Amino acid sequence: MKIKHLVSGIALTMGASVLSISAMAADTIKVGVLHSLSGTMAISETTLKDTVLMMVEEQNKKGGLLGKQLEAVVVDPASNWPLFAEKTRELLTKDQVDVIFGCWTSVSRKSALPVLEELNGLMFYPVQYEGEESSKNVFYTGAAPNQQAIPAVDYLMNDLGVKRWVLAGTDYVYPRTTNKILEAYLKAKGVAAEDIMINYTPFGHSDWQSIVSDIKSFGAEGKKTAVVSTINGDANIPFYKELGNQGISAEDIPVVAFSVGEEELSGLDTKPLVGHLAAWNYFQSVESDANTAFISKWKAFTGNPDRVTNDPMEATYIGFKMWTQAVEKAGTTDVNAVEQAMIGQETENLTGGMAYMNKNHHLSKPVLIGEIQDDGQLEVVWETEGLVAGDAWSDFLPGSKDLISDWTAPISCGNYNTVTKTCSGQNY
Amino acid sequence: MRYLNAICACLLGLLISTSVLAETPSEAQKPLLLELTEVKLSKALPVLQQLEASEGADMMALFKTMLNGDLYYEKETKRLIAALKEQSVTRYSDLFTGAALNELSSNQVKKIKVNNTLRGYLGEAIARMQLNHPDSAVRTDAVRSLFSDLGPNTIELIRTARLNEQSRSVQEVMDVALALYRAAHSDDATERLQAVKDLEGSLEPEVRNQLTKLAENDPSRSVRKAAQIGLDKIDQQAEMYGFINQLFFGLSLGSVLLLAAIGLAITFGVMGVINMAHGEMIMLGAYTTYVVQLMLPNMIEYSLWIAVPLAFMVSGLAGILIERLVIRHLHGRPLETLLATFGISLILQQLVRTVFSPLNRQVATPEWMSGSIEINPLLSLTLNRLYIVAFALLVFMILLIVLKKTSLGLNVRAVSQNRDMAKAMGIRTDRVDAMTFGLGSGIAGIAGVALSQLTNVGPNLGQAYIIDSFMVVVFGGVGNLWGTLVAAFTLGVANKFIEPVTGAVLASILVLVFIILFIQKRPKGLFPQKGRAAE
Repeated sequence: MKIKHLVSGIALTMGASVLSISAMAADTIKVGVLHSLSGTMAISETTLKDTVLMMVEEQNKKGGLLGKQLEAVVVDPASNWPLFAEKTRELLTKDQVDVIFGCWTSVSRKSALPVLEELNGLMFYPVQYEGEESSKNVFYTGAAPNQQAIPAVDYLMNDLGVKRWVLAGTDYVYPRTTNKILEAYLKAKGVAAEDIMINYTPFGHSDWQSIVSDIKSFGAEGKKTAVVSTINGDANIPFYKELGNQGISAEDIPVVAFSVGEEELSGLDTKPLVGHLAAWNYFQSVESDANTAFISKWKAFTGNPDRVTNDPMEATYIGFKMWTQAVEKAGTTDVNAVEQAMIGQETENLTGGMAYMNKNHHLSKPVLIGEIQDDGQLEVVWETEGLVAGDAWSDFLPGSKDLISDWTAPISCGNYNTVTKTCSGQNY
Repeated sequence: MRYLNAICACLLGLLISTSVLAETPSEAQKPLLLELTEVKLSKALPVLQQLEASEGADMMALFKTMLNGDLYYEKETKRLIAALKEQSVTRYSDLFTGAALNELSSNQVKKIKVNNTLRGYLGEAIARMQLNHPDSAVRTDAVRSLFSDLGPNTIELIRTARLNEQSRSVQEVMDVALALYRAAHSDDATERLQAVKDLEGSLEPEVRNQLTKLAENDPSRSVRKAAQIGLDKIDQQAEMYGFINQLFFGLSLGSVLLLAAIGLAITFGVMGVINMAHGEMIMLGAYTTYVVQLMLPNMIEYSLWIAVPLAFMVSGLAGILIERLVIRHLHGRPLETLLATFGISLILQQLVRTVFSPLNRQVATPEWMSGSIEINPLLSLTLNRLYIVAFALLVFMILLIVLKKTSLGLNVRAVSQNRDMAKAMGIRTDRVDAMTFGLGSGIAGIAGVALSQLTNVGPNLGQAYIIDSFMVVVFGGVGNLWGTLVAAFTLGVANKFIEPVTGAVLASILVLVFIILFIQKRPKGLFPQKGRAAE
């Protein structure tokens, strides 16, 4: 008995020392995680930090990458935009990470960008955004406007016969740019100016009475009306509540939202939201083997059977998979080599089919429209046929119509003007 | 014995028939019902249409359950089931017999999905069935919900129902529906003209749309003219009701401001303490509501009434604690008080983040506070706002009575007017300070209960209201409750009247600019305190 104890004790110590050696060894591949763990964005971003940690753990179980273990370096930029730049610098110079997964808001990405370009870092950005950007050092795995907003409008226009449009958003860069693109797109489709109503509200707006009443009278003109909502985060709940209270149902005036997903709906009173729409590239409710496996892994990792998955998590998953494939293809973690190896990578979507990395650092993925159900899940009611390639520069804005991004030779430029055949030289 | 049996059977029959589930589907309906469990979401509409047209059992129960998203089927037998969700427990029962199926578990059943197209259709189908409902209010709603889609079949149903209709009000609505149809589809100009005349006085949006179409495109000039006259009348009314609506929105925003600011009017106005943690007292009240609902999941309808006194106590005690531990030691040093209370506000925010998680908490709205009362098609008042306006005024009156009629109120007023003199008269000023601070904080807690119905309950709830609260108190005149009342409603109404013109962002900026200018002119606010006490 005693000997058995002793033996197992030795084995344990040995195991521990082996572990500590592998952890101590300088020869790990470092994965930086740049997500806010405190402040207003912590709600959304903590989930993505956990997703990266889960992926790292899984990769290490498979034996790591290039024969080395992966090591996650987590920093907290605390929802403080300038701090994103500082933390990026810290990750790249002090911790010398090989890749960064991070950012949620556009302003945080814009803050980290100059540092990434200066120090030639590599970042994966997993959230839907307004486009009009393509950096050599960033891969955009979330949706560009043509992968979320435009298909949603197409669905409303063609399938629901919507003729009048309310573009409602929170007052900051993503809604403003998206709505500019949508307005140009709608007008190109022959919608008259008086059939478009644009409305902006401050962050965290809670008094929606007048706006909902305006929407109600705007929608009472006899033409089918829909709201395209870029309203941010928690201002959505009072908005939907007010819609319900003023007797506007999803059948009368459907609202399609671009920032309401499973995570935002979890634990909420979904009664006033049932039937309204959301456009994403992923829904938890999609039935596929990859998705079922991912969901059960996620629930096991978080130890919470009620945890939900969402679209930015899938974008993180795809980004991480592609990065490991690219590192294996390049045989090194050198940023320039991995960047070139990334282009053309393919990996499985959680919703079925393959995601493809384009020359402009954006993904090709399917677009799904879902209706909110009373259990907080979204039921797919429409999806694009095949994949939609992310467009860095919108074709519907006068300033960016002629721009393309192509990071392969001979163009190797993030904003190449196809008319003047020049690269503006500005990197992002 | 046989009689008894018969009576029993009779009673049983009565029982079942009152639950509207007595009939079983006919042979013609059965395959359709089976198809419903197998068909794709996009192909379900024709199945439902056939079911509506089919002979046999009333499909009302099916349609209603499906509309609510409670329709399931048993995977094995394909039998249709209604789900009844009570709190966290879901119970199943047979859709047609109503028999409880307790042995079914959630993985033996599958939900029959609905989307907006189906919901729209189901709503109309139910309305068509309800044209002969015994309750006249239901009949009115049924006809009105059919306005937007008046096809020949629907019109035929309404026409038949109109023949037997007894109630005046339902008759009127039905006449509007029939006139709408005639105005849109009749080939005879005189008939259209008559229809336009029949539509006079109705404020329904569909009537307005029809009149707009006629006024623009009708081939007959007299019809165009009549439609234009009708349209002008409606527009006049719409303008008036729009004004009333905006006024109500303003009052409602004002009542929220009043609730948020009134506690501050006491701590800041009467005691002179700049309490940056005031918003967190509101937050504590809102979280109290959440905890009450969590503890008593079966009493959501009464939860608010339980939460009001509890929130008052929680926030009040927190306030007294803060006063005893911090503010008392900083008496007469406003800048330090400001910084210390700001620190407290951060501590409290982090505290709820740790205890309740940084995510927003869900506070359910009781049934009696959801929805709105519709005065006419152009004017409806949302119930939650209406209750909160009344509640704000009630709180204000109670506070006024406390300050005017109780001995505590007397002491508070004495201390705020002349601290040294009050002390000399034997008033224990430190105790009065603590009580005053507790009262102000408690009122903030009550405000939190009301705000939990309007906005998100999260750690940042208080911060959203602290600026507004100070704005109202300063604008109204420090130390004057009536000033706070007038200021809150003035700012609320002003904000809501500016908002449609400038948008929400600019409206709040304009209000702030206005207050800055106003304070330049009258530094002591709307109703400054007069006399020596004000010095």
